[in-house]
Amino acid sequence: MTALSQRSSDAQIVVEGLEKRFRIARRDRGLWGAVRGLARRDYQDVLALHDVSFQIAAGELVGYIGPNGAGKSTTIKILSGILVPSGGRCEISGLVPWRDRVAHVARIGVVFGQRTQLWWDLPVIESFELLRDMYRVDQHRYQRSVDELIALLDLEPLLDNPVRQLSLGQRMRCDLAASLIHEPEIIFLDEPTIGLDAVSKLAMRKFIKKQNRERGTTVLLTTHDMDDIEALCSRVMLINHGTLLQDGTVEDLRSDQRRVVVDFQGVPTLTPDHQRLLESSQGERLVFALAGGVTEFLGELTAHYQVRDLVVEHPPIEETVAELYRQARSSLR
Amino acid sequence: MLGPYPAIIAVRFKMLLQYRAAAWAGFSTQLFWGFIKVMVFAAFFASSSLAQPMTFAQVLVYIWLGQALLALLPWNVDQEIAEQIRGGGVAYELLRPLDLYSYWFARTLAFRAAPTALRMLPMVVFTLLVLPLIGLEEWALPPPESLASGAWFLVSVLGMLALSTAFTMIMHICLMWTISGEGINRMMPGIVPVFSGLIIPLPLFPDWLQPILYWQPFRGMADVPFRIYSGHIPVTEVLPEILNQWLWFGVLVGFGYWLLNRARRILVIQGG
Repeated sequence: MTALSQRSSDAQIVVEGLEKRFRIARRDRGLWGAVRGLARRDYQDVLALHDVSFQIAAGELVGYIGPNGAGKSTTIKILSGILVPSGGRCEISGLVPWRDRVAHVARIGVVFGQRTQLWWDLPVIESFELLRDMYRVDQHRYQRSVDELIALLDLEPLLDNPVRQLSLGQRMRCDLAASLIHEPEIIFLDEPTIGLDAVSKLAMRKFIKKQNRERGTTVLLTTHDMDDIEALCSRVMLINHGTLLQDGTVEDLRSDQRRVVVDFQGVPTLTPDHQRLLESSQGERLVFALAGGVTEFLGELTAHYQVRDLVVEHPPIEETVAELYRQARSSLR
Repeated sequence: MLGPYPAIIAVRFKMLLQYRAAAWAGFSTQLFWGFIKVMVFAAFFASSSLAQPMTFAQVLVYIWLGQALLALLPWNVDQEIAEQIRGGGVAYELLRPLDLYSYWFARTLAFRAAPTALRMLPMVVFTLLVLPLIGLEEWALPPPESLASGAWFLVSVLGMLALSTAFTMIMHICLMWTISGEGINRMMPGIVPVFSGLIIPLPLFPDWLQPILYWQPFRGMADVPFRIYSGHIPVTEVLPEILNQWLWFGVLVGFGYWLLNRARRILVIQGG
C-alpha cells in the first residue's frame, strides 16, 4: 500500500483492485424457457474484471492485450467514465472518471475502432466543428489543432464528404482526428487498427507514435495485432478472464526460446550434446532449438563443423502470446 | 462559435430540414384530416340547438392549429436516439463533456421543432389565407381574436415546445428500460391526442371530467395555446395559463432528470 501511494505521485492513471460484475438475465432454451422467463428470471453474475491494478505515468504508450472477452473494453469504458465499476479505485489526473465524468472526459480522447463517434450524415468538417463547440475549444486553438490534424492524417480530400461515404480506413483517420481536436492529455484507443489495410495501419501507427513522442500524450491502446504492439508499445499489459496476467516490456513477452537454422557444408555428424538440441533436419539444413546460451553454441558450431550460413530466429511474438493465453486458461481450470 | 447546446440544436435542425418530401406528404394528409374534422364538427353544431361551451369559429381554430402543430406533440420518439440506446451508442454520448440530460434535451428540442417549422407555415398560410379566397371562408382558420391574443399565442407556443420536449425526453429515457421502444411508440398516439384536446377540444368534454383534464400536462401542449389564439381564454386570464405550462415543464424536467439518473445506474453498455 505504501509502495503504491509513493509511486502514485508521478502516475497519471492509477487503478487499484478494479472489479466489475455484470448481471445477465438468463433464460432456459426453447419455448418453455421463454415462458418460464416471464414468471421468473434467473440472473447470472459475470465477473468481467477482477482485482485489476496498474499505474501509468504521463507520456507512456501502453499496449493492452488479451483474447476476446478478456475485459479490455470493460477496462477502457471504466477509465473513460462510461461504466461504473463494482469495486476498486481509479483515479486519472486526480479525477474519478465516473464521478467527475464531465471534467474528466474533457481531458481525454477515446476511439473505439468498432464504431464511429462522428455524425453519420454530417460532412467530416462539420463534425469537427460540432466537436469544437461541444468541447468549448476556442476558434484560435481549434484552427491550429485541426489544421495540423488534417495535414498529418491527410484528411483534406475527405472533409466535405458525409461520414457514411468514407471507407473504413478513411473513417478511422477521421475518428482519430476527432478524438484529438480538444488536445487531450490522454487517449484511449480500443482496437484502432481493426479491419485496416496494411497502408492504413502503418499510417495509423506512425501518427500515434508521433502524437505520443511530440506532444507527450499518454496512450493506452488495445489491439489483437501484435505488430501494433511491437511497433508502438514499450510496455504491455496482458489480461485474460478479467485478471491482469502480465505487465512488463515487450521483451518480457518474447520467450527466451531461440531457433538457430544452420546450413552445413555436407551433412554433419553431430556430437550427442548438439544432437539433443536438434529440432528438425532437412538435408544439409538443420534447425536447433535453444533456451539460452546462443553465443556459446554458435562458437561451438563454427569450431566443430563446416557452416555455410546460419540464422537466429525469435519465435513470433504472436506464438508466445497465444501460448500465454492458453496457459492462463488451463491454470483456471 | 456557438455554445455546445445551440450548436447541437443548429446541427440537428439543419439535418432534419432535409426531409422536405415528408413535410409535403404530412401537409396533404393533415389537410385532409383537418377537413374531415371540420365537417364532423360542422354537422355537430348544425344538429344541436343548445348553447355549446365553444363557438364553431373557436373549434375551427382548434382544429386547424392542431393540424398545423401536430408534429410538435410528443407522440413519437427520435429514431436516432432509439437506435443509439438499442445499439449501445449511448456510451459515446457519455464521452462528451456535457450533462447528458441537457445534451439530449437540445437534440430532442430540434427533433420536435424542425419538422413543425417545415409544416406549420404552409398549413397556416393555406387555411388562413387561401381557403377564404376559394370560397371556403366558413371553414377557414379565423385570424387571432386580437393582436394581444396573437402575441400571447406565440408565447404559449414556446411553452408548448418546452413541455412537449420535456415529455419526449421522458419517453426517450424510458427506452433505456424497454430497449425496443415499440410499446411507447404505440401507447403515446393513444394518450397524447386525447388529453391534449387534439381529438375533441377539451372544453367539449363533460363537466365532471373538466377538473381531471385541467390538472394534466398535455393540456398545455394544445388546448391552452389554441384557446388563447381564439380568445376562448381571454387576454386577462392568459398569465396563469402560461405559468401553468412552465410549472408542468418544471415537473417534467425534474422527473426526467430523476429517471435518467436511475437509468444510468442500471445502464449496461451492450457489446464489448
